[in-house]
This record gives sequence, C-alpha cells and structure tokens, in this order.
Amino acid sequence: MKETLYDKIWNEHMVHQNPDGSSLLYIDRHLIHEVTSPQAFDGLNIEKRKIWNNKSIYAVSDHNVPTKNRLAGIDDKISKLQVDTLIDNCKKHDISYFDLNDINQGIVHVIGPELGITQPGMTLVCGDSHTSTHGALASLAFGIGTSDVEHVLATQCINVNKEKNFKIIIKNSLNDFISSKDLILHIIKTIGTSGGTGFTIEFAGSCIEQMSVEGRMTMCNMSIEAGAKSGLVAFDNNTLNYMLDKKYIPGKNHIDNAIKYWEKLVSDDDAHFDKELIIDALDVVPQVTWGTSPEMTVDVYGKTPNPNDESDINKRDYITRALDYMGLKANQDIQSINIDKVFIGSCTNSRIEDLRQAAEVLNGEKISGSIKQAIVVPGSGHVKAQAENEGLDKIFIKSGFEWRDPGCSMCLGMNDDSLLPYERCASTSNRNFEGRQGDKGRTHLVSPSMAAVAAIKGHFSSVVDFINEK
Amino acid sequence: MKNKIIHGQVIPFNQSNIDTDAIIPKQYLKSIKKSGFGPFLFDSLRYLDPGDLSTKAKRKINPEFILNKAPYSSGNIILANDNFGCGSSREHAVWAIKDYGIEVVISTSFADIFKRNSFKNSLLLISISKNILDKLFQEILDSPNYELTIDVQNQTITTPSKQAYDFDISDSDKERIIQGYDDIGLSLMHKNKIEQYEKKMKQKKPWMFGKQS
Repeated sequence: MKETLYDKIWNEHMVHQNPDGSSLLYIDRHLIHEVTSPQAFDGLNIEKRKIWNNKSIYAVSDHNVPTKNRLAGIDDKISKLQVDTLIDNCKKHDISYFDLNDINQGIVHVIGPELGITQPGMTLVCGDSHTSTHGALASLAFGIGTSDVEHVLATQCINVNKEKNFKIIIKNSLNDFISSKDLILHIIKTIGTSGGTGFTIEFAGSCIEQMSVEGRMTMCNMSIEAGAKSGLVAFDNNTLNYMLDKKYIPGKNHIDNAIKYWEKLVSDDDAHFDKELIIDALDVVPQVTWGTSPEMTVDVYGKTPNPNDESDINKRDYITRALDYMGLKANQDIQSINIDKVFIGSCTNSRIEDLRQAAEVLNGEKISGSIKQAIVVPGSGHVKAQAENEGLDKIFIKSGFEWRDPGCSMCLGMNDDSLLPYERCASTSNRNFEGRQGDKGRTHLVSPSMAAVAAIKGHFSSVVDFINEK
Repeated sequence: MKNKIIHGQVIPFNQSNIDTDAIIPKQYLKSIKKSGFGPFLFDSLRYLDPGDLSTKAKRKINPEFILNKAPYSSGNIILANDNFGCGSSREHAVWAIKDYGIEVVISTSFADIFKRNSFKNSLLLISISKNILDKLFQEILDSPNYELTIDVQNQTITTPSKQAYDFDISDSDKERIIQGYDDIGLSLMHKNKIEQYEKKMKQKKPWMFGKQS
C-alpha cells in the first residue's frame, strides 16, 4: 500500500481505532504556553488526574510578555498572574520551562524547531493554531484547544479523525526577492481560507525542495490560514542539515538510527492524494493583503477589488465590509496605501533569515518620516543573539526601527505592542482579522523585505523594483 | 438514550469567515478561568467603546449589532455563513458563546479546531447546505420572530412552518451534546494499550522519549 507522508506518521502513532471512526493518536511532544494552559491544569486538579509524561512537555511564555525592559518584569498584573500560573504549574509537575530571561525563550513555534525539541516523524501538539509550523520538519503538528491540552496532559494521546491528503506542488523557483511568505499568501489567495479545511497539506515540488527549512516553516505556519490544521514538507538533506546542530537532537548513541528513521519520512511515489494543486513559482510577485481575511490578498502592482464586479450579494457585502473596515476605496492602487506602523516578527516571520531579508533592504536607508513606529521583534533569544552577532540590530536601529526582546508581540497585541484605532500596519504576521493587532487597527500582511520597503517609502511598493532602482 | 430538544430564537449573522478573534478578542484571553466570558462575546462588534478584563464602567452598546437588536437579543441559536470559527484555536471562543447562552450554531461549514472545541463543551454545531441556509436567512428576514426546534436524537431542525431538515452528527458528538462525555476518562480506558504502544516505540525509537542533550 502506497502511503503519503501524512499516512505514514499517522499509522505509526495510532494506538487504537474508536468505533466512531476516530483514532487515539499518540503524541510525542507537547508544547505549552501561558494563555491556553491554565484551565487545562485546573481541570486535571479537579479530577485528580496525573500527567502522563512530563518529559514530553516543554513550556514557554510568549503571547503575553513585554518586548522591552525585560529585567523590570511584567507590569500588567493580569498578564503577570497568567505567566506566574504557568511557572507554578511547571514547577509543580516538573516540566521544562524557559524563563523570560533565558536565551532559549521565544515564540513557541520558533523555539521548538530551533532547539531540536521538534524532530522529524514526531507528532506534536500545542494549544495554538500556528502549531502547523513544525510540519516543516516532517513532523505531524497541529493546534488544539484547551480541553485537548488537558486530554494530552492526562493521556499522552488525542482522539482525532484522520484528515484527507492534499498535495500542493510548487514547480520552478521563486524569483529573486520573492519569499516563501509571498508564495503562501499567493496560495491562500488561490484556494481561499477554507480551501484546506479537512485536509493535511503537503507542500512539494522543486520550489519547496530548494527552499530553506525556515522558509518551509513560513509555508506550514500559514497552512491554518487556508483552513488546514497541519502542513507538511518531506524530510530531505535540507532538513537533515538543519537538525544536526540542534540542542535536543538524539544523542550519540541514537543519532544514526534516528537519521535512518527520518530518511523514510517522504510520501511514496504514486501515493494517493485526495486533492492536488500545481502552482508555478514564477507567477508569484510580492503580495499584500488588502482586507480582513488572509485570502484577501493581491499583487503589489494590483488594486483593491470593486464590490460591484461581484454578482453574488454575500460576496459583495463581504468585500464592501472589508474595504470599509480597512478605510480603503474600491479599485485603489495598493502602492497608494500609506501606512503608520511596521511590525517585523511573529511565528510566521521572525527567524534569522527573515531578519536578514529585511536588513538587506534597510541597510543604509532611513524609514519614512511618516511612520509613527517600526519594530523588529526577533522570534527567540537565539535569533536575537545571532542577529546581533551579524550586526543586523545596528542596521535596524540606524534605519529607525526599534529592536525588541522575543515574543508574539504585535501579531496579536496581547502585550503593550498594538495598533491604536484606525492605525494602518505593514505586518509580517499571519492574520489581518478585524481588531487582531488592536481594536479597529488595520493590518496588511507582507513579507519581511516588503515590510522594510514599506517602512522606507511610507507606502507599499515592490521590493523587486526597490532593489533594481537602488 | 436520553434526548435533547433545543428550541429558541434564531440570530441571523449573515457573514462568512467569522473568526475566533471576533468571537472573543485577545485582551480577554488573559483570564486563567473558563467562565465569565459571555459579556465579552463579539466584544468589539457589540460595544462602541473598548474594554478589557479590568473595565468597571458600563459599556456603550452598539445598537446596530445583531445581538443587541430585538428579538435577536433573546436568541440562543446563531445562523451564520461559511467557515464559522476560523483562525485562532482559542477555546475561549466556545466558552464565550456558551456562557452567553447560545446553544447551537448553524452554518454551511466550520473551522476544524473550533469544531473540536465546540463539541468538547457540548456546543452543538450543525452543518447544512447552502440552499437551506439561504432559505432560512430569507425566512428570518420575512419574519424576525423566528424560532427553530432542534431534536438532537432524531437529527432534525424544524422551522416555524413545520418544515423539517435532517442533519448529520457522529454518535459520539451526539452523546457529547445530550449527556456530556468524559473524553479523558474514556481514553484512559485504553491505558494498557497506550502503555504497550509506548513500550514498543521506546525500543523502536528511543530518542523520542525523555530529554536529550
């Protein structure tokens, strides 16, 4: 029987098949953070249940933490209580926790792969929808709610129905200065925000084969924005080279066997996929979202849509409402949209390669005087240290950006980093929903280099043109 | 098996892709409790002024928002367009819907994580075809005092004109709605199987167990 990569990891982890068709699936790694775990620990206490395997769990605070003046601690009492609750729970159950001032601290989906906590062939869950990120390492990873966090704590398993297989083949290579972020936005624009619902997406094709593991993480990260809980990329030499220097990878006694195991983590030739899509990487130009859903994406050279071109009344209302919220007109040139703030960060785009791409554009440049604030929030302590070793922090600061400490920050604005009403932001994050970055705030999703160009120009403009003119 | 009949006013929320950020905004996720989220359901749509967990002042109601309009303000069934509950995995969205008093959400489709979270909290989600959804929206437009009766055991939705529609639901989800379901307790009935699986895998791939450094 030919199997897809998803089939292989699924079958390897199936403990029991339930009469209703769902399966009890074994979970190898469980990542927890402060926002979605306290009620799960409470639930365990109430039922007097034990944690199945505390060694499978790693914890970090990321959503709700300040990104400046770290040493002063957390000012907001409600946020502090939430972080302290996580610390207490970890102490009580002897769970590894990365403290705010630990170099290992960072966004949960950045530190998992970076520390080698995430390994190929594993099943991994976290109470956060962007857990799909970890699929870039050929691991089956998906976000869960708090009830399921409690379930995994207590049983090391989860009851799930198997998804269908969806293969997206990206042929050819991306042009210079076009990033994986542009590619995934282009794909979401093509299949829609529910185009992947009910599926696990495997990204394949020559473009993915050439892509760095960090680029693949951006692709898998935003699978959920197309409705797919999990994204996957097959194991290859890029994955192996990425893994080899990571802190928690298998020790000397096991590494050879582990690599042999990892090398099988690819879809069989002729394995059956329920759905397939071919995308030509050469078609992808820099992308900018114009609306309030990640599917509302357009080429930087394009315009906002005109609701009157839409015959379906619901779709017309959907576009009208989004334009209205975003403070934009129909048929407006994307390059004419002026912005107030710039955010480079989030589990989508805060890794070292993302920061290098932005810094390359910003080197020797100043951000526009019309920009109220521009911040770079590295994904982890290690990313921050690496960037500082390379002098990227100096480039950012010299150009007018603020250089911050790691966390989720303005992606969802649970901490102090957020948009004021009606402020417009060029953001490297993953969601442009109403109010996501702050009440009435307006988010445009872009790649790191496009965010850098927007910061310099004060409005959206193509990074390709910018580099050519430089 | 017992049955559960849900009857009540429908709230027509005719939008697609209603995301969990809209259902419960991030400032409320700082709570470490499961209860008390009802007053913040659809917070930024429902109120004209911003709020957070420390807000003491009475909020300004947005009279234009569907939940604030009679007869919908007394509703317990939401009717929404495609892909309800997309985005963040926050279970707080389901806790807010339930705490407000909503018992059922009807749509053509739901996001996967939201769907799991809903049934775990006995919130009934019903998927119906686009044709029926459009028909129901039209009927509510014609007569706003519109009450549906949902028979969970027999899997039917009955409209005020006694038109009945069938819906699909798995047996386990039906049980979750009718009498609640101890998912963890049931999984722990397979404790031996989980232990056997672990034992086997510890031999096959020992590097995945315990911490390495």
